[in-house]
Amino acid sequence: MALIEIEKLSLSIGRVPILKSIDLTIGAGETMGLVGESGSGKSMTALTLMRLLPDAARATGRVTFDGIDILAAPEAAMCRLRGNDIGMVFQEPMTALNPVKTIGEQVAEGIRWHTGANRADAEASARRMLERVGLPEAKFPLTRYPHQLSGGQRQRVVIAIACALKPKLLVADEPTTALDVVLQKQILDLLRGLVAEDRMGLLLISHDLAVVTDMADRITVMRHGEVMEEGETAQTLSAQVHPYTRQLAEASMHVPARPNRHAAQAGGDNLLEVDAVVRDYPGRRRALFAPAEKFRAVDHVSFSMKPGQSVALVGRSGCGKSTLARMILALDRPTGGDIRFLGASLTSKSEAELKPYRRNMQVVFQDPYGSFNPRHKVERLVAEPLHLLDSQPSPAERREMVAEALHEVGLRAPDMDKYPHEFSGGQRQRISIARAIITRPKLVVADEPVSALDVSIRAQVLDLFAELNQKLGVAYLFITHDLTVARAITDEVMVMHDGRIVETGRTDAVLDDPQSEAARDLVAAAPDLKRAIRRRLHEQG
Amino acid sequence: MIPFLARRLLTGLATLLLASVVVFAVLEILPGDPALLMLGMNASPEALATLREQLGLNDPVMVRYVSWILGLLTGDFGRSFTYSSPVIDLIAERAVVSLPLAVISLLLSTAIAIPVGIFAAARRGKAADTLSMGAAQVGVAVPNFWFALILVYIFAVWLQLVPAGGFPGWKAGLWPGLKALILPSVALALPQAAILARVTRSAMLEVLGEDYIRTARAKGMPRRHVLWRHALRNAMIPVLTILGLQFAFLLAGTIIIENVFYLPGLGRLVFQAITQRDLIVVEGVVMLLVASVIFVNIVVDICYALVDPRLRSNA
Amino acid sequence: MSAEPTSPAPTDGSFVAAALSNRSFVAGLFITGLIAAMALVSFVWTPYDVTQLVVADRMKTPSAQHWFGTDHFGRDILAMIMVGARNSIAVAVVAVGIGMGIGVPLGCWAAARGGFVDEALMRFNDLVFAFPALLSAVLITAIFGPGAINAIIAIGIFNIPVFARVARAGALSVWPREYILAARAAGKGKVLITIEHILPNIASILLVQGTIQFALGILAEAGLSYLGLGTQPPMPSWGRMLFDAQTRMMVAPHLALFPGFAIIVTVLGLNLLGDGLRDVLDPRLRRER
Repeated sequence: MALIEIEKLSLSIGRVPILKSIDLTIGAGETMGLVGESGSGKSMTALTLMRLLPDAARATGRVTFDGIDILAAPEAAMCRLRGNDIGMVFQEPMTALNPVKTIGEQVAEGIRWHTGANRADAEASARRMLERVGLPEAKFPLTRYPHQLSGGQRQRVVIAIACALKPKLLVADEPTTALDVVLQKQILDLLRGLVAEDRMGLLLISHDLAVVTDMADRITVMRHGEVMEEGETAQTLSAQVHPYTRQLAEASMHVPARPNRHAAQAGGDNLLEVDAVVRDYPGRRRALFAPAEKFRAVDHVSFSMKPGQSVALVGRSGCGKSTLARMILALDRPTGGDIRFLGASLTSKSEAELKPYRRNMQVVFQDPYGSFNPRHKVERLVAEPLHLLDSQPSPAERREMVAEALHEVGLRAPDMDKYPHEFSGGQRQRISIARAIITRPKLVVADEPVSALDVSIRAQVLDLFAELNQKLGVAYLFITHDLTVARAITDEVMVMHDGRIVETGRTDAVLDDPQSEAARDLVAAAPDLKRAIRRRLHEQG
Repeated sequence: MIPFLARRLLTGLATLLLASVVVFAVLEILPGDPALLMLGMNASPEALATLREQLGLNDPVMVRYVSWILGLLTGDFGRSFTYSSPVIDLIAERAVVSLPLAVISLLLSTAIAIPVGIFAAARRGKAADTLSMGAAQVGVAVPNFWFALILVYIFAVWLQLVPAGGFPGWKAGLWPGLKALILPSVALALPQAAILARVTRSAMLEVLGEDYIRTARAKGMPRRHVLWRHALRNAMIPVLTILGLQFAFLLAGTIIIENVFYLPGLGRLVFQAITQRDLIVVEGVVMLLVASVIFVNIVVDICYALVDPRLRSNA
Repeated sequence: MSAEPTSPAPTDGSFVAAALSNRSFVAGLFITGLIAAMALVSFVWTPYDVTQLVVADRMKTPSAQHWFGTDHFGRDILAMIMVGARNSIAVAVVAVGIGMGIGVPLGCWAAARGGFVDEALMRFNDLVFAFPALLSAVLITAIFGPGAINAIIAIGIFNIPVFARVARAGALSVWPREYILAARAAGKGKVLITIEHILPNIASILLVQGTIQFALGILAEAGLSYLGLGTQPPMPSWGRMLFDAQTRMMVAPHLALFPGFAIIVTVLGLNLLGDGLRDVLDPRLRRER
């Protein structure tokens, strides 16, 4: 008998339908991958299993776990189930732990509650569990508080809480989305190990096809609250019977066409020269009057870019890549070294002197929601860099230029009279790009520009970047931790680690044959759909 | 924890020092010659000059400031000319009324507000929530001195359960003394309790929406358990802030309330001293009140650090 | 991953619709409007002349002639409350104006500039907050003499750090947003960014704080007048009326009742308005409903 059986589950919040007649089964010890894009209802399916839905949610259908009717069970029965028979791991490790309780208390609490163990026994099991998830007592005593741990370590604590009582089913909702690729691999390996050892069933929810393929025995593809396809992982993904599955898989591996990719850069002057740049931040003070310890975010970085060139700056989170980008954009000043753009040093210029350089250097950010003032209309948002022109355009000219920029990114002119919240994430990223190109800059710095987007949208936005590179000859500095993005769109790659650039070279060359340890870690950890499918098929013979 | 405490004490002391400069400067520019006020309009110029010399009014400002501060530090607050007694004695005599009044009100308002706020948050949207928060909404709008008048009318004039005003002194016994403070503390406490209850409720609701509450529920903890063990402590952080502010508010409130009830407390003392231009008393009492506000805020910050480990580790 | 974050409400037609469906807001607006209308009407018409003393009609209980009764000089209490509203509102409006006018630029400046300026402002705030507000108001009115103008100044000064703090906290939360970085990449300076991006995004919290301070201003004015330090007779004020009522509680409790109700209703109306505004303007709270 299956461990969990979902039959014709429908769910609505208020009058908005979220799930439409979902069917899903997971056998004991089986790993089920649940994939889909934003708004597909994956998370709500998981919360239904835990019955931790918002108050306004109404569910119909049948959900049976180990013979218990989840939708009808009394709350007390659900409390016995949660944490004991079903554990759950959440997406955001930074907020998932109570900041005022020690990690020991938080792991032991569930153990004491369910087993009635005394404090000492519960703490002993908590200690063993934390040890198993890679937080040994010697380095991570039970008395640590969450804020003393990094994101990856906190996620390990959340996993320890979820797995402390060896549940029959573990639900992991995007457990690695907030982490960088190297941490992602570590956490996935940890989950895989725990599931195998304790023979737990696992419901792994992810938007990343490659991650799911790597982990899951079977896969369920969801879209708009409905199940599109369900089946054995390798078969489903290699056959790609359902058109949506095919679409997802293709988008995951999408490489934009860039016919004349090396045209721009053969010779000529450098567009950008970064020379031995250093950035120190004041760190934490150890004692009241002791000088603050310095933290070196960027450590003697040097490189140069030609006009029209597309370069990736890759590295793990916290490696200093965003700090470097901000200094190149003259939004932050280096502690040492020099940055030259169009032949002139930027580091000592005043805001007024920077104007002609800023016009030639624009930026696209990661978060399509946070990068617009919510109270301005698109026209004003896109026109903002026009401030940098020497002669201010008339209102009519301004609208003309905004319309042109919107057209170039695939939006319509009338869109300029809307507010940003009226657009989807992908469209907002297009608006972001329109703002970046309206002054016809020579360099666009893009800080993780597609990592918040769904795969199909991501493919379209990457295409747009490629197209603009071809059409306008604009150079890109792509900052990313995602190697598929680097491979898709850049000629050169620089690998950054602990504030230093440890490897540079042609993108294909570096990614296929990484030399430095940091690059090798990144490449090995990067999820790759083709590779994952191949391995699955190989394992099955 | 230690660096945090040290820093907090230092800024507290700096604020106190600044405050002393402000108090001194403000009273310097206050119109009216204390010597003239003491001796009356008909005093001879010679007598005035001698008294000025005695009071040190002819010394340069800096000298007077420093000697005043040194006096404060050694407990010498100067001598009141209207009461002809040392200010420190006056303060001691009046503090035994004001301090119990402020403390009882603070305890009363906390004891009412926090349970009501938690209760309302736990039954959000239910009748109990709507009713208690409706009452709190009205309570916030009630001026404490008006509330005091109404209380006097009901409990002193009509039911004659407690005295309408005045203070028999602690020598008359603990109960008569407390009895005289019941209405004043209720009048002070209830409007404050209304504010505190609203803050507690919204802080609880905010915390109950956090991710870690979901984590705790996913562990199998029942709702009530999560409310007490996980939400409450986190919700206490904004509540503590308001408590600290309320202490200052209560101190100021005593000025009005002591006037309503004819209580011989610090508030009434300072109010009368201001109208009589008894500067030395005003200076002393104001400094004392300011110091106690600063002290309470340091205590609140220490409570923060006790509640929130993030504050303990990085100063 | 599932639900997209809701973005703040744009200031267009949907704001009005949202506001009108919020019960607190509508009730608050109605009450506040009523009190304001009463104050305005008092300029052209009151049921009786508030300066006219009719000794024969002393301390009459409410009746058809005098709806709220008369005071110890035989003046009509309803008329006094109407004229008193004028006073309370004027004092509170100007006091909030002083607080906002000085506090908001200070707070924005501190947030934009950081470093020493910020530290200095915070210490200044600490200093002002160390003085119990009413005590200092008593001090100020004692120095400059009692009267409505000095009451306004006294209350206004204590609004400065309140608004400075709120503006600073709001501005600090907006500064790290990516659209500010984008504006900086577009070459905009701190002043321009503050005007174009910071202020519109903290306007709502300032508005809400404004209604709260307005309500507190009314309470403070009543308190000062009660102590005899605010509005001076013969100009009627709610606080003064309560002071006069106090000694006559035994014989004429209605003297205390109506001015008290006037204060409560006004403050309640403003608080409801503030709560309503907060719900309407803060999408995070609205989403919970």
